[in-house]
Amino acid sequence: MSSNVTTAGDEPVYNTKVVKQFAIMTVVWGIVGMLVGVIIAAELVWPDLNMQLPWFHFGRLRPLHTNAVIFAFGGCALFASVYHVVQRTCQASLFGSGLAAFTFWGWQAIIVAAAITLPLGMTSSKEYAELEWPIDIAITLVWVSFAVVFFGTIMKRKSKHIYVANWFFGAFIIAVAVLHLGNSAAVPVTAMKSYSAYAGTIDAMVQWWYGHNAVGFFLTAGFLGMMYYFVPKQAGRPVYSYRLSIVHFWALIALYIWAGPHHLHYSALPDWVQSLGMVMSLILLAPSWGGMINGMMTLSGAWHKLRYDPTLRFLVVSLSFYGMSTFEGPMMSIKTVNALSHNTDWTIGHVHSGALGWVAMVSIGMLYHLIPVLYKRTQMYSVQLINLHFWLSTIGTVLYIASMWVNGIAQGLMWRAFNTDGTLTYSFAESIEASYPGYYVRLLGGVIFLSGMLIMAYNVWRTVRGDEQKQVASAEVQAA
Amino acid sequence: MSTFWNIWIIAFTAITIAGCTWLLFANRKIEVSSKNAEDAEDGEAPKTGHVYDGIEEYDNPLPGWWFNMFVGTVIFALIYLVLYPGLGSYAGVLGWTQTGQWQEEVDQAEAKYAPIYEQYASMSVEELIANPEAIKMGRRLFNNNCSVCHGSDGKGSYGFPNLADSDWLYGGSAADIKASITHGRKGAMPAWGAVIGEEGVDNVAEYVFKISGREHNADKAAEGATVYATYCAACHTPAGTGMAAMGAPNLTDGVWLYGGSPSLVRHSIRNGRNGNMPAQDNKLKAEKIHLLMGYVYNLSKNQ
Repeated sequence: MSSNVTTAGDEPVYNTKVVKQFAIMTVVWGIVGMLVGVIIAAELVWPDLNMQLPWFHFGRLRPLHTNAVIFAFGGCALFASVYHVVQRTCQASLFGSGLAAFTFWGWQAIIVAAAITLPLGMTSSKEYAELEWPIDIAITLVWVSFAVVFFGTIMKRKSKHIYVANWFFGAFIIAVAVLHLGNSAAVPVTAMKSYSAYAGTIDAMVQWWYGHNAVGFFLTAGFLGMMYYFVPKQAGRPVYSYRLSIVHFWALIALYIWAGPHHLHYSALPDWVQSLGMVMSLILLAPSWGGMINGMMTLSGAWHKLRYDPTLRFLVVSLSFYGMSTFEGPMMSIKTVNALSHNTDWTIGHVHSGALGWVAMVSIGMLYHLIPVLYKRTQMYSVQLINLHFWLSTIGTVLYIASMWVNGIAQGLMWRAFNTDGTLTYSFAESIEASYPGYYVRLLGGVIFLSGMLIMAYNVWRTVRGDEQKQVASAEVQAA
Repeated sequence: MSTFWNIWIIAFTAITIAGCTWLLFANRKIEVSSKNAEDAEDGEAPKTGHVYDGIEEYDNPLPGWWFNMFVGTVIFALIYLVLYPGLGSYAGVLGWTQTGQWQEEVDQAEAKYAPIYEQYASMSVEELIANPEAIKMGRRLFNNNCSVCHGSDGKGSYGFPNLADSDWLYGGSAADIKASITHGRKGAMPAWGAVIGEEGVDNVAEYVFKISGREHNADKAAEGATVYATYCAACHTPAGTGMAAMGAPNLTDGVWLYGGSPSLVRHSIRNGRNGNMPAQDNKLKAEKIHLLMGYVYNLSKNQ
């Protein structure tokens, strides 16, 4: 250790309470959000499952699923890691403890409000921004408080430099604030109904400027920040390249904001906007991969640890899925590829290779590192259960993605197949019929992934309680 | 697009791409500062000297293949922006537009497929239904354009007429069918609830059941007969056999477009109905409509 690390005696008293709260709720909302996902996957296989109940209909539960996994599960994971990482890397206690507590309770209240209003059909109908205006205002208040706590803590830091994880966290917090305010601008008409401030194509463009950067800044930049702390920590190795982190950070945040129009190829959006969205998405490939390289190469000299450390395996496999999704994304943004993939299940598969493979897996790895640290245990209650969870997650993700690839490409090809007289070979219903095998496999993948989450909940519960597993266990893990 | 916005777009695009490229090249240098290199342990890359919660950072150079990939995508983007629209109102060397691409594909399809349809254009409906190839093409057109509402078997659904029976709202001759497809149909049954009251609705419904030969309440039906004569007979005819000119359904034949249960019949009378068959002449050429007509004609013929 070099001399500019504060010694243990000088270490400030970290605020671990709010980190613990968010970490535990990450597990809870992960299970809830993925359970809703499994339910709607089952509704696509057996449509009668909605039992004719409006609030149990696919159309109402789908936004509940996306909001729950992105903002409840992903959001809590980000809050937990931001609050943990910013304190540790700045060697400073959290700025504004009261505000931090407000962000926790406020964020939970918003999640509960979403869980009530979305099934009731109260929606702005903007994808990933469905919540109505009073909840949007609440989000703004919590988010500004989050920014104050984060940047306040950065101001208190002991070291001159700011660690790379915090660059990403800072960019994520600022960009999400701007996107949320821009896209949610609306004219309220009643307590739970509003109309977008934008019209027609401009509304669509603003929506996808927001929508794609929810992916770019919430699900990418935020989780890259998480990766930059937990991967080197868990591997016990220095970050591979400081230089690479500079280049890929600035290029990533400069380019991502342009990528939205690739969601609107071959639409009423002017040609030039579509082209710019496409070329910026392509240039984004290298900056995206910069994060993967920096994470992966951090393991050089520590690859052997993957044999017995399933937590590290979660982190590394999440980076592999990240690399795969960020290659697939630019490819799908190319107009000719998009003409095949658009509106098919391929898009759903792409999203889940990012959501399950990257976001969920890196969050799970983060939790398995963080829970023992927060509760002052030497390790998780059961390392074998982490290993079991790892395989369930990997198999579940692969089944999900592969089935949606097959479905998506089949749908795209069926929709563009012509007879010799120029008529379409297949009706839409026939492409749905052909998709059923994929729907079953997707459901199976989702159930497997969810079962892993339940195992994690058990493991976390036993760890928090302070249970010790019999010593036999660790020997078996070494052998495995 | 005004000159200001044009410049705005081009400038921001240029700044973003040039800025990223500058960032990339500015950090390319392979050698590291001598101070860090001195601190490096043998066989290890030098470190930056920053330590955060025990995390150190190597000062490794950018991977060569990654650098080249980055440069490659930038070059691709620049070429693309020269060839295609992207820089504001600059149209691109190739003159590509998405509407142009669409028109080109439509023209190609037209040139390729028009002769296939033309050979059937002058056939009479009898010739069409005797020609298996014409029926096959008609079925494909039907599946592409009509089956969403009328079903792939043409037997319709709630609110969508069955085309495979002999009951026709607007007439079943070849000319009538063609007119329905070409120009569409609007079936408007007014809402009578406010005019005749709930009791009137109930009575007329019983009368309708009577003329269709169903079980009914004779007293109410007798009351309903007067109401029927006043409000309904003009379109449905006094005998209740319907009128093709108005698209008014025959009430005596046991075919119920909007359901025949007592509550649904009362609903139709109370709230009215609006049927809408969209006109196809703005999306299908006359030759295709001709083949469709033959197919639909044949559907009911086979009953």
